[in-house]
Amino acid sequence: MTREYETVIGLEVHVELATRTKIFCGCSTAFGGRPNSHTCPVCTGMPGALPVLNRQVLDHAVAVGLATHCEVMRICRFDRKNYFYPDNPQNYQISQLYLPICREGYVDIDVPEGVRRIGIHEIHMEEDAGKLIHCEDGKRTLVDYNRSGVPLIEIVTEPDMRNAGEVNAFLDKLRLIIQYLGASDCKLQEGSMRVDVNLSVRKTDTAVLGTRTEMKNLNSFHAVSRAIEGERDRQIALLESGGQVVMETRRWDDGAGRSYAMRSKEDVRDYRYFPDPDLPPVHMGQEYLEKIRAQAPEFPAEKMARYREEYGIPDYDIRIITASKHMADLFEAATGICGQPKKVSNWLMGETLRLLRERNMDAQDIRVSPRHLAALVELTEKKEITGSVAKEVFEVMFESDVDPVKYVAEKGLKTVGDSHLLRSTAQEVIAANPKSVADYHSGKEKALGFLVGQTMKAMGGKADPVGVSGLLKELLQNGKTGA
Amino acid sequence: MDLLSLSAVELSAAIRAGKTTAPQALEAVLAQMDRMEETCHCYVTVDREGARQRAETVQRQIESGVLRGPLAGVPFAVKDNLCTQGLRTTCASRMLENYIPSYTAEAVGRLEAAGAVLVGKTNMDEFAMGSTTETSCHGVTRNPHDPGHVPGGSSGGSAAAVAAGECFFALGSDTGGSVRQPAGHCGVVGMKPTYGTVSRYGLIAHASSLDQIGPMTRDVSDCAAVLEVISGHDPKDSTSIKREPQDMDFTGALREDVNGLRIGLPVDYLGEGLAPQVREAVLRAAETLRDRGAIIEEFDLELVRYAIPAYYTIAAAEASSNLARFDGVKYGYRARGPQGLEDMYRKTRSQGLGPETRRRIMLGCFVLSAGYYDAYYLKALQVKGMIKQAFDRAFSRYDLLLGPVAPTTAPRLGENLADPVRMYLGDIYTVSANLAGLPGICLPCGRDSRGLPIGLQLIGNCFQEKKLLRTAYTYEQAVRESIPPTPVVKLPETH
Amino acid sequence: MATKITDNTIDYIAALAKLELTDDERRRAAEDMEKMLDYIHILEELDTAGMAPAFHIFPVENVFREDQVTNGEGREETLRNAPVEEDHMFVVPRTVD
Repeated sequence: MTREYETVIGLEVHVELATRTKIFCGCSTAFGGRPNSHTCPVCTGMPGALPVLNRQVLDHAVAVGLATHCEVMRICRFDRKNYFYPDNPQNYQISQLYLPICREGYVDIDVPEGVRRIGIHEIHMEEDAGKLIHCEDGKRTLVDYNRSGVPLIEIVTEPDMRNAGEVNAFLDKLRLIIQYLGASDCKLQEGSMRVDVNLSVRKTDTAVLGTRTEMKNLNSFHAVSRAIEGERDRQIALLESGGQVVMETRRWDDGAGRSYAMRSKEDVRDYRYFPDPDLPPVHMGQEYLEKIRAQAPEFPAEKMARYREEYGIPDYDIRIITASKHMADLFEAATGICGQPKKVSNWLMGETLRLLRERNMDAQDIRVSPRHLAALVELTEKKEITGSVAKEVFEVMFESDVDPVKYVAEKGLKTVGDSHLLRSTAQEVIAANPKSVADYHSGKEKALGFLVGQTMKAMGGKADPVGVSGLLKELLQNGKTGA
Repeated sequence: MDLLSLSAVELSAAIRAGKTTAPQALEAVLAQMDRMEETCHCYVTVDREGARQRAETVQRQIESGVLRGPLAGVPFAVKDNLCTQGLRTTCASRMLENYIPSYTAEAVGRLEAAGAVLVGKTNMDEFAMGSTTETSCHGVTRNPHDPGHVPGGSSGGSAAAVAAGECFFALGSDTGGSVRQPAGHCGVVGMKPTYGTVSRYGLIAHASSLDQIGPMTRDVSDCAAVLEVISGHDPKDSTSIKREPQDMDFTGALREDVNGLRIGLPVDYLGEGLAPQVREAVLRAAETLRDRGAIIEEFDLELVRYAIPAYYTIAAAEASSNLARFDGVKYGYRARGPQGLEDMYRKTRSQGLGPETRRRIMLGCFVLSAGYYDAYYLKALQVKGMIKQAFDRAFSRYDLLLGPVAPTTAPRLGENLADPVRMYLGDIYTVSANLAGLPGICLPCGRDSRGLPIGLQLIGNCFQEKKLLRTAYTYEQAVRESIPPTPVVKLPETH
Repeated sequence: MATKITDNTIDYIAALAKLELTDDERRRAAEDMEKMLDYIHILEELDTAGMAPAFHIFPVENVFREDQVTNGEGREETLRNAPVEEDHMFVVPRTVD
């Protein structure tokens, strides 16, 4: 049954821009302030206050537009979207309808059949709303305007996606581009990237689009996939049972694995958009666009080519490292300090990925600083610590970015060389394991490995295993001749 | 010395010369309030103690030479739609009856920095919607020249306070004539500068694309002095214009010289609907300027009859959005015991906003609503563009335009409120300047048989305030015997 | 042309404007609006084809501020006029999502 239908998906992606201040006032955008502390007359809609556009918002929006092959409009303007809701202090949101900043771009994504081009209908700038906190009594809602006026861009795609895989590939690519630009950190979980899915289904033999619904509250890539599949199935079942899809906004409940029609915020939805008389239009000349274009960073494809040339690390490593701007920055900076690209990459491919997976974290959340990663590489290179100690140290660095040199010194983790302690420990191990010693002398190489392990264990890992092995061989040889 | 007979500039000079002091000037104004307020009711809030402290401080700063400007020590009043930090700002609406702003409007702040002493907030039409000051929730203001008449509006409290000697100058706001028309009705000088000349930061918006703050003063020299202080670019207002400094040397324009000046009289400003006595006084003023060397010519301004419908469409649309923030959530009035959010919004706004304000909000919502936006709102903006072009053509032939400020002198109380269209028609000579962003000034040019003042209006091309001030000053000097520049302050009998 | 404003239209506009009208007010609002719209209709006499709507009267453009934090802690002043406040937040009747 499902095969007779085609799913048609378009997205509205809200991205919170990485600026120090809000879009129209000098209030901080920092997270975690006490309620209503990052507020002023402008972002709380006090009478008489007026908005002034943050230049950085425009720069970010244009950069995203250029990177997604959009046409950046010569003139753009802000419009008021009028509706009453308490998270919106002016009861209008400053947004863009008539002349948005960018139009008609695209992002190419890799799909099993090859490359697919997802059209971008438009990008516009707007202000975020405040936060509503519902009281447990079910009667009151509290309003905090700290997020009111935080700058957003909304990226509206064409209905060019056909399944959850394509949607995720698009979101991945878009997120990477925006992260590379430094325009946002694009964290779905934290809401700095929000995805609304517009979805309809149609019989495969028709070209007419079906009635679509809009799905909100998608807080992870996983939720996006599940919501798409759920909504597709719901619409098909509805049509098959003779029903009709209603144009509506639905809220996805990821826990329950289903969506609910949102009760309309107001009985009438007529936003009465008109140009905001408080904000003059923005004119973008060729010179300005060239300036923003010139500031664009190296994007993943270019970076991958350069890595091959410059660092000589495997393609597999390159793909993973460049898939996160943060990881690529860390790699380049650490390599720049220690001059050991492969060693740095090994830390990223091995322990870093393992810990990220284990903790269900994103590559952006890596807290290890390049200086400390380089220092760790140097410590192991100079054999000042052993491999197993290094892993232990790295795990601590991963938690709290400690300085490995200091940490090793404080905890006394330095490798013990050919010292009296090592020699006496090895002798004790030999004395305690006569069976293994006999096996070794009878030609069983494996027995040496066991003795090395025992010695390392007794040394608390702070010995160089190669050195331990040599020392044991020497002692065993001496013991044999001496016997 | 009768302090109240002085202009603001004269008073400040007297204070600087040590002939009087800022506190003495303030006390004179407060005493005059005691005599006049019961009848005229110009003020919504008087900050006696705050003003006394400021006057003391300013006096010390004048004596120590910190303050030397032409307004230092002068008591002034501010229309109650301009925010004043810590001082109630109501917009004459129940909605904001107890609203205390956390900041001061830029224009007010500039005056205070120049040493002027704020005495209080003046009455107005609710949210500046009206032209009689009768839509105020605080009750009407009466015209000091005849308490049976309105002072005009919406800045009626400011105009009346200046005329009654209850301050030396005041600020008003002009969206469709709200500074010029009450100035005319009260016999004082009122000016609306070019849009973008005075920062709107802290002016509680009525129609953002038309609102402009302007001085209301006893004479043209005071008007130039006040404008010079409050004008200038403000980074907090994105529509504020960066003008050349020599362009804003307004006091430098106070010269008696109209020789060769080309002045156009729009025939449509002198025709049907204009009271004969007003027409006579305005034409006499034109003659006076002709005698001083100006070239006076009647001409067809075009499109005059379309200005009011375009104006009301645009102003109502913007107002419907600007006033949406008054919802009982963050400040102001909130209805008691609402059944849910929607009920709270509707009850709060219906109880908190007066009938004229609600009428305009509904009109504004309608002209912006789905299906009507193009036919009404965009159409009105296109007409606005055509009106601007008509003025451009006019100013290619004339240096400035001259006409009446209102069709009649101040109406009787209660005469105008019933029929909205009839009320709106009273704005016919003033709204065009707002639509086209142009500066306009109103100054007294005589009185009618009842003794009510008649206002003369001059409209200039954008950024031509100096030409307006020079012409107004020349006229004022020419008639200073027959029309005294400082209005005669009358003590009321009974009412 | 006489404009007719129906009860439905008045109710729709009142919902947009968030106003509550009694029957009497509704009737008067319709009358007022009809008068005002009739008057506004004289604009139709003008041929405005090809005329750009004059949103902003002067060609001011590109007004920006730099991305620098200039405002400090604003909580107390923001909440000073709050009709109802709890835990430093504004209180409204429960909203529905």
